[in-house]
Amino acid sequence: MDFELSKEHQLLRELYRSFAQNEVKPHAEETDEQERFPVETVKLLGRYGFMGIPYPKEYGGAGGDTLAYVMAIEELSKVCGTTGVVVSAHTSLCCGPIYEFGTEEQKRKYLPDLLSGRHIGAFGLTEPGAGTDAAGQQTKAVLEGDHWVLNGTKIFITNAGHADIFIIFAMTDKSLGTKGISAFIVERDFEGFRVGKEEKKMGIRGSSTCELIMENCIVPKENLLGSLNKGFKIAMKTLDGGRIGIAAQALGLGEGAVDEAIKYVKERKQFGRRISQFQNTQFKLADMVTRMSAAQLLVYRAAMKKDSGEVYSKEAAMAKLFASEAASEVTRQAVQLFGGYGYTREYPVERMMRDAKITEIYEGTSEVMRMVISSAVGVN
Amino acid sequence: MKIIVCIKQVPDTTEVKLDPVKGTLIRDGVPSIINPDDKAGLEAALRIKDQNGAHVTVVSMGPPQAEIALREALAMGADEAVLVTDRAFGGADTWATSYTIASAIRTMDYDLIIAGRQAIDGDTAQVGPQIAQHLDLPQVSYVEGIESVSDDKLVLRRQFEDRQHIVEVDLPCLITVLSELNAPRYMSVAGVFDAYREKTVKVLTFADIESVIDKSNIGLAGSPTRVKQSFTKQPKAKGEKYEVDADEAVRIIVEKLAEKHII
Repeated sequence: MDFELSKEHQLLRELYRSFAQNEVKPHAEETDEQERFPVETVKLLGRYGFMGIPYPKEYGGAGGDTLAYVMAIEELSKVCGTTGVVVSAHTSLCCGPIYEFGTEEQKRKYLPDLLSGRHIGAFGLTEPGAGTDAAGQQTKAVLEGDHWVLNGTKIFITNAGHADIFIIFAMTDKSLGTKGISAFIVERDFEGFRVGKEEKKMGIRGSSTCELIMENCIVPKENLLGSLNKGFKIAMKTLDGGRIGIAAQALGLGEGAVDEAIKYVKERKQFGRRISQFQNTQFKLADMVTRMSAAQLLVYRAAMKKDSGEVYSKEAAMAKLFASEAASEVTRQAVQLFGGYGYTREYPVERMMRDAKITEIYEGTSEVMRMVISSAVGVN
Repeated sequence: MKIIVCIKQVPDTTEVKLDPVKGTLIRDGVPSIINPDDKAGLEAALRIKDQNGAHVTVVSMGPPQAEIALREALAMGADEAVLVTDRAFGGADTWATSYTIASAIRTMDYDLIIAGRQAIDGDTAQVGPQIAQHLDLPQVSYVEGIESVSDDKLVLRRQFEDRQHIVEVDLPCLITVLSELNAPRYMSVAGVFDAYREKTVKVLTFADIESVIDKSNIGLAGSPTRVKQSFTKQPKAKGEKYEVDADEAVRIIVEKLAEKHII
């Protein structure tokens, strides 16, 4: 077992760090405060290859692997949780299923623009009545001649306000339940497709989370993704991959809070001493660093398992469960170490705490992660 | 156009420790970066490549770990990388360094050589100009702007203390550039993979360039510079702190300056 990163991953880390520090961190506060989607940053991310890290060069990707991808999400999220999720949802949830389940023609048509960041991707599974119970899809797709007609509403769709390409799930045969769901590649300007209201959120406030409305939305027949009625499987497999991305986002948020806390406790003086000299601070930070280090090992293991081609659902669920709960707790402890200042928007830890909470919820709640893990070890 | 960019890996800190016996820098344990002026030189070469098409080779002389700086240059978009490294080259001053690099460059094709003005660890600004001298090339130092590039000449803006020069120079030539010249690009993600999977760092040792190099001019033995003493500058005194209003502060400052016969 080797805990050393390869030389290329070490050099990638340097790239990610300097990019995050110089290009992302300076805008993080404003992105949150103004609930502003980081359009310019996404353009730059595209230019430097961040929008297609784990996909082959022949489709316009960077030719990297999942580990390289999660390390990027980790470093971006250390300074800005919004930027982390923009890249993660785009890469895992939109590019992922097209690359894994798309026809050669679909890949050639959609991936080059997505992987270069010219287009932004999104994933539409959740509905008002179908959250954790994703099987309860109400959106319907009916084949009429050479096209599908989609009707229904999706909610909480990450990137939606700025996305060009959407992976949409819809019932193609209601009588078959989960085996009657299919996936479609939907372009933003398809007739009958509309992006609805934007959610006001607790955290990741620069990310765009919207409703999608399909009213007799016309989708060309060739935009069916994967086989007919195999959509649920595509959704579940896609979410397995997405979970590693969200786990990496959580990891970065927790690590970012640790970085800020370490800096602060060495400066802040109370009772004539730096607060880092108090054992309470030392023990707290020791626990925080240890938790995030354990989270990092789980996240990297899940990424490497995916790269090895083996089944990685359990590892992805463990990484997401542990990293997201660690991030929530560690960011909360960081605020505590900052005291009153931590509760103000003058310091980034309150933002990190708000950003961290969602990682326990989206792309599978912690409860779903526990179901996946317990079922994988035969306890059900 | 064939461009050679000379880069140096330097410690990323002003707190550099010195070997008190040899008078040279201790590099272990200090994070390393591409010297900022050199990185601007690489960016200048890559922009010429983007606009006019060029083949960019980065050259560095240093210990084996300088390879990482060359990989970074490859990941930014350089086409080739050459590491000039050998124990025999160790302990070189600027003369021996420039002679060794110039000897390595003699084995390559080039139209333009770009070097940074000076390295943040040595601050001599000698190696670039000396390479030009060894290779008998025209040189323009302190370049802060590249006005135009053609197949046989460059028009450059050169910084002076109180003015700027616009200089036209025939190729082949050597220029030394300031970090103010541009804002270097980042490596790209694909570039990092290419740097390790598609590209290689060619290593040139003494044996590889033996035919074009005179052993008496290399390494510590070939270095005419002798470091007499090196030390980390200590703060002179602890200083005195007064928490007073502005008028009182002025009075104290004037009094102290008069006390020391400065005014």
